[in-house]
Amino acid sequence: MSGFKKLASIYCRGFILGMLGLVCAIPCAGAAEDYTVLRQRLVEEVSEDVIRTRAYTGKGALDERVMRVLGMVGRHRFVPANLQSQAYENRPLPIGYGQTISQPYIVALMTDLLEPEAGDVVLEIGTGSGYQAAVLSRLVDRVYTIEIIPELAESASERLKRLGFANVEVKNADGYFGWQEHAPFDAIIVTAASSHIPPSLVQQLKPGGVLMIPVGPVFQVQQLSLVKKDADGEVTIRQVLPVRFVPFTGEH
Amino acid sequence: MNINPRIAPAPTGPPLYSIALLSAAALAYEILLMRLFSIIQWHHFAYMMISLALLGYGASGTFLALTRRWLEGRFLVAYVVNATLFGVTALVCFRLAQVVPFNALEILWDPRQPLWLLLIFLLLFIPFFCVANCICLAFSQFSKQLHRVYCFDLVGAGIGAVAIIGLLFIASPVMALQVVAAAGLLSAAVALRECRAQTRGPALVLLLTAAVVLTPAVGFSLQVSQFKGLSQALRVLDAKQLDQRSSPLGQLTTVASQTVPFRHTPGLSLNTPAPIGEQLAVFTDADGLSVLTRFDGELEKLAYLDYQSSALPYHLLDEPAVLVLGAGGGADVLQALYHRASRVDAVELNPQMVELVNGQFADFTGSPYQLPAVTVFNSEARGFVTASTNRYDLVQVALLDSFSASSAGLYALSENYLYTVEAFSEYLQKLQPGGMISITRWTKTPPRDGLKIFATAVAALQHAGVAEPGLQLVMIRSWNTSTLLIKNEAFNNYAINTLKIFCRERWFDLVYYPGITANEANHYNQLPEPWFFEGAGHLLGPADAAFLDDYKFNIHPATDNRPYFSHFLKWRTLPELLTLSERGGMPLLEWGYLVLITTLVLALLASLLLVLLPLWLGRGRGFRVAGLSWRIMVYFAAIGTAFMFIEIAFIQKFILFLHHPLYAISVVLCAFLVFAGLGSLLSARWHKWFTLPRVSVAIGGLSVLYILFLPGLFENLVQIPGVFKIPLSILLIAPLAFLMGAPFPLGLDVVSKSLPDWIPWAWGINGCASVVSAILATLLAIHIGFVFVVMLAVLLMCWPHWFCHGSFKGKSLREKPPT
Repeated sequence: MSGFKKLASIYCRGFILGMLGLVCAIPCAGAAEDYTVLRQRLVEEVSEDVIRTRAYTGKGALDERVMRVLGMVGRHRFVPANLQSQAYENRPLPIGYGQTISQPYIVALMTDLLEPEAGDVVLEIGTGSGYQAAVLSRLVDRVYTIEIIPELAESASERLKRLGFANVEVKNADGYFGWQEHAPFDAIIVTAASSHIPPSLVQQLKPGGVLMIPVGPVFQVQQLSLVKKDADGEVTIRQVLPVRFVPFTGEH
Repeated sequence: MNINPRIAPAPTGPPLYSIALLSAAALAYEILLMRLFSIIQWHHFAYMMISLALLGYGASGTFLALTRRWLEGRFLVAYVVNATLFGVTALVCFRLAQVVPFNALEILWDPRQPLWLLLIFLLLFIPFFCVANCICLAFSQFSKQLHRVYCFDLVGAGIGAVAIIGLLFIASPVMALQVVAAAGLLSAAVALRECRAQTRGPALVLLLTAAVVLTPAVGFSLQVSQFKGLSQALRVLDAKQLDQRSSPLGQLTTVASQTVPFRHTPGLSLNTPAPIGEQLAVFTDADGLSVLTRFDGELEKLAYLDYQSSALPYHLLDEPAVLVLGAGGGADVLQALYHRASRVDAVELNPQMVELVNGQFADFTGSPYQLPAVTVFNSEARGFVTASTNRYDLVQVALLDSFSASSAGLYALSENYLYTVEAFSEYLQKLQPGGMISITRWTKTPPRDGLKIFATAVAALQHAGVAEPGLQLVMIRSWNTSTLLIKNEAFNNYAINTLKIFCRERWFDLVYYPGITANEANHYNQLPEPWFFEGAGHLLGPADAAFLDDYKFNIHPATDNRPYFSHFLKWRTLPELLTLSERGGMPLLEWGYLVLITTLVLALLASLLLVLLPLWLGRGRGFRVAGLSWRIMVYFAAIGTAFMFIEIAFIQKFILFLHHPLYAISVVLCAFLVFAGLGSLLSARWHKWFTLPRVSVAIGGLSVLYILFLPGLFENLVQIPGVFKIPLSILLIAPLAFLMGAPFPLGLDVVSKSLPDWIPWAWGINGCASVVSAILATLLAIHIGFVFVVMLAVLLMCWPHWFCHGSFKGKSLREKPPT
């Protein structure tokens, strides 16, 4: 065989193998998996992660109610059909329009840090597919959620209604000024990127309330900024890292 | 393959002009791809894909080493087919690469992403492979004229480097891609003409196709990643694109959003009583948000600008003369005007940004750059400071990079001469008595930028002979920004009291001031530990060196020799970060750097495979000759590496002299390639003088001289006008580049006289070495600096002695490559 033919045949075989690899790597949507089992496995995984990060969160375990709800809400219903098979992996997923559904570990951590009570009224800025609102709705009295992208607001509203999350109200609007008609809120969660913390949101927080902003690039959360308003209206911001990491070593 | 004899007569000489045109198109394509992928994706993965695609040069050597015999007598057809394929695939492969659903942000989450990346690499590899085939075919076919072929190859590439920069000023990146593709097709037609093909049909078809490729109908739109800022902004109801303009410095897109206004005000205090002014967003390369602010002359409407951490110096200075470095859309200039600055000199690199403020949107912005107190300078910031004879009360270094790119470590590979010890020293020299430098950065936790800036300031003050740098430093932080002030004298009690009031009113935290106590820090924006306060204390203490070594991120001050401010990763921290990556630790990984390492490993493995493949396939057929194959391999790898090391290192040296990155890169690259081309040509004519050992010693000697004397020379000539700097730079580059053009053709000469069948293999080795060494040069510069890169290149130039010892004569007749 000439060198050319030999090389050509090697290249061809390499290309075909590469293409096969690509095709095989694409998981088949709708693989017959028992979502309940997968969900429980995910909850266990999140619990393990929480134990590993307890030095920063100050918690060896998250609120049992939060974990129970995480095991109840079907995350696969909040992701695009072609990604449902990955819905119970502990990772963020794209939901279209340049937005993502957060990593379940982060959703659980954020929900826990908000310390939700049964009678609470919560405002969410950045509905996305509605998963965080759905989790919160099983823990509090009412959830108001604002989404900036019209298509996402519409689909999230329809989805939440269809799935029976009746205590959630979705609005397509600018979240910067909050939702004055339903203010004040016991907790506010802002998942939309911002160059600063909107002062109007802090004003709509009840004394003793908490405002949370996850900060970081898309698909990642770098830190959670936790704004607390005390009974006198004084505000402090606590910056919680979702990860156990101390930059100082040795004697420093 | 059926060869048409009418278009494939035996050519008498190489198609030199076609080679030059093709090389120009290939180099232009390389630069253009970087531009295109920076817009649709992120530049670090663009760097990876394009670096690896350039292995097409190495692969062509392997391919032709194995097929040369078969291609003998079919030169013209093979050349024309490859040149045509370059023209076609340059356009088609990019368009296909655009539809590959690669998402760089998901690379650690989704196992399919590396495979999509591989597919893009394979697509981009094809055009470079085709071009390299053409050049290598010419070397093999016309081995007696290889000096001329190499000359036209290099000169063409040099012209391509300048041409694409010029083209990107007048054409969109998509149109530029069409021009590059057309140039590829044209080069095929030129080859037919130069080689006197007997029929004109194919040439006419090629010309016609080139004309079609240039029509707008072939154009297409860029598919920007849905996760980039511009894509997301345009999703919002009523958001609309008002303007888009492009230059080699970036694509600027202006967007208005009525229903949900832009409110880009980094680090704005939660205690702001004032509303944010109306803004238009300007996205650079579809990301990196900056804003144009509505200004109608009423300063009261800008009151919110007093509630950013960057407003601090204005509370400590009275009607200051201000220099804003990186003025962008003008927010920092407006902040200065709001605080009654007596004079503002605004420096902005991108002329199109200034045009947006002063021209297209002048009614909206109120043309702040044209106000009597303001002068705008279209210049690179560091260069402006170096050349300026003015003195200022305040040098304000603006926060220009985007938060998301900065926090993901995407800038790790970018040289940045604004944040080096030498730069800070220069800023200090431009201050009036009592003046100060103000630098604002995004706050990352755990701290990286903030502490590195602080360490740099301490080093610069020590460098200026200040015994107690701590007396001249102040640092504060807001929710997501930190501002450092460096004064050229000690802060007094009045200033410190004012600072405390400023922070208390805005709920900002004190990080450092002379005399700060632990209970004053970490009050409003509470970190798990007062890391900034403690870090600043350590950096001013006696054990500062130990602290820098122990800290888990690299916060050693950057220098002009190692200008990588945004490189924070330490190898020993990497295992811990990787373990935590899926539990919120991923942002602590530094993408730019990790991509560089991955690219280097992949390029090395692929190069080894490509270089060794002909030896393996040709074993038993005399291709491997005791010692010789290794000698050729080492020689061409060494000179390829040395060439790239010297070229890259001197581009950096000249950036500091010419100050404008675009001019520096295009002038230096063009001069290097053109003079190397001439060197190649004349080394054949003056072959008695141009022996390999002599040339290598001359290159080594000259490089060392330049390393020793260029910094001093540049320092003395810094004040001369830019128009003189460019010819002077060319003059300085010329002798070095001229010599550097010789080793490759001289070595190839030796090979061609004894073992002509091995020419493609040598070409392939040189190609692979160029790719690997370009990546390696950056990595070495990050860790040990550009001076070391040059010294290493000088050492590599020693190989020619070894190569020449032991002639090939007497062996050539026995050695046969595989058939």
